Amino acid sequence: MLTKKENLDAIEKFSENLEIEGRSLWKDAQIRFMRNKAAMISLVILTIMVLAVIFLPMFAEFTYDDTDWYALHQAPSALHLFGTDSLGRDLYVRTLIGGRISLMVGVLGALVAVLIGTLYGATSGYIGGRTDRIMMRILEILYAVPFMFLVIVLVTFFGRNIVLIFVAIGAIAWLDMARIVRGQTLSLRSKEFIEAAHVSGVSNWKIITRHIVPNVLGIVAVYSTLLIPSMILTESFLSFLGLGVQEPMTSWGALLQEGSQTMEVAIWQLIFPACFMIVTLFCFNYVGDGLRDALDPKDR
Amino acid sequence: MFKFIAKRILEAIPTLLVLITISFFLMRFAPGNPFSTERPLPPEVMENINAKYGLDKSVFEQYTTYLTNVLQGDFGPSFKYKDFTVNELVASALPVSAKVGAAAFVFTLIMGVGVGTIAALKQNTWIDYTIMSTAMIGVVMPSFVLAPALIYVFSIYLGWFPAGGWLDGSFQYMFLPVIGMSLLYVATFARITRGSMIETLNSNFIRTARAKGLSYTYIVLKHALKPAMLPVVSYMGPAFVGIITGSVVIETIFGLPGIGKLFVNAAFNRDYSLVMGVTILIGFLFIIFNTVVDILLAAIDPKIRY
Repeated sequence: MLTKKENLDAIEKFSENLEIEGRSLWKDAQIRFMRNKAAMISLVILTIMVLAVIFLPMFAEFTYDDTDWYALHQAPSALHLFGTDSLGRDLYVRTLIGGRISLMVGVLGALVAVLIGTLYGATSGYIGGRTDRIMMRILEILYAVPFMFLVIVLVTFFGRNIVLIFVAIGAIAWLDMARIVRGQTLSLRSKEFIEAAHVSGVSNWKIITRHIVPNVLGIVAVYSTLLIPSMILTESFLSFLGLGVQEPMTSWGALLQEGSQTMEVAIWQLIFPACFMIVTLFCFNYVGDGLRDALDPKDR
Repeated sequence: MFKFIAKRILEAIPTLLVLITISFFLMRFAPGNPFSTERPLPPEVMENINAKYGLDKSVFEQYTTYLTNVLQGDFGPSFKYKDFTVNELVASALPVSAKVGAAAFVFTLIMGVGVGTIAALKQNTWIDYTIMSTAMIGVVMPSFVLAPALIYVFSIYLGWFPAGGWLDGSFQYMFLPVIGMSLLYVATFARITRGSMIETLNSNFIRTARAKGLSYTYIVLKHALKPAMLPVVSYMGPAFVGIITGSVVIETIFGLPGIGKLFVNAAFNRDYSLVMGVTILIGFLFIIFNTVVDILLAAIDPKIRY
């Protein structure tokens, strides 16, 4: 639902080749990834971005909620690098703090989605039979539910809580993950080492968590990288509508919303958060593409 | 074929029921209700209100009543806009969204497929590179960044188009919302079309056609386009869902009186019946559209069994 069709296809193709390549695949993949300039540059930028949003606010002159009534809508200057907003708050610090929230929601949301999706898919694929059919049927039904609308409903009715947003966003995105992992598990199920574990009396749950899940981690890694930017987008979408993080806390989506309202008088309030967000999304996409190419032996 | 279509339609029914159930119970167990005010109403008044909207019955009874009503196409009265039923509110907002959405969808398909095909035919030339790098920007640029940017450039700076409003959907007022809504999907369709077009043009039957001496234009239009459209058609479902979801933001930014705006306002006002009505309606649209896409796919691709 949240990823592109082509990515899913590529992930599936990669998965078909996974077993044959064995262990050396990881080293191969690493070498191929390092050769991919766009992906490597993106990775460096992302690392700098993460370090910046974590550490730079600590050394800044202002905090994200310092208001200054004598400095409303100030253009960028040496004192306020990115200018100030309508309450005179320093936009440089706010952009960084907003980045912290956006990235955190992105990563945590992806984590929730990956966790649910992997376990659901692995369980469904491993147990098989009627359980599998029912679980897949449930998945198909959930695919048709307009989740974005349900999340909006959820957030308005149960309060605008950041934890709730993580969970809600993560809960939308696990469907694709579950499908991919199930496909993987089906091919793993008939492997000898799984049968051996089964014969020696290991419980189903242990087999799933100890043997199946570690073996599908490769795809999960690729998919998570592609999931993070779409999580960030979803969070911004909610914040833009005023349903995400609440004042004085902020995120890129919330900053964009404020910026779009004052762009006639203070265009920098829109430009700086927008640039940060777009650069981040760009980099995540390139790293994801790079990982996919590196792990897809067919493309060599 | 008929059996396949019937099966797909039957499969949609449980999905719809689940959707109605989820949205119903989500609303009912939410804290607060549309009548909770700063100063509590006298209990007698509250009782009358509850009786009027059926809130005094048991949850199960409310659920069955709601379910039967919805199945008959009646979504009940709005809790916030007095004297309006949900059906009336939706009926006044739907044409706006339908007009913008349909325009955006058609624009997306024509532009996306057209541009993608050009890029594929001019593969690895500057035309291809320009189109594809522009598409990459389109893919990562979210609509809530794009729309304000469009307003800034075209309304404030150049002054060509109005920054918002509807005015019965004249071209001037539709232009920016449609562009803002569709650009992301134009980019995605262009990427998909380019990829599958290149793959098709490299396949054996195209080589045979060229060996027969057919003209290149004829081959592209007559032989390559149909198989190359498969991934495009299968992405039409997600694109439709995305355009509808995106309409929430676009309609808020441009102030269009459509379904998306109605929904956001209803959610803020805790208008239970309206929120539920819109959610169910959108879900219904998704299901219909996905079914249509599936049938289309089966019609184009002889490999799909039904």
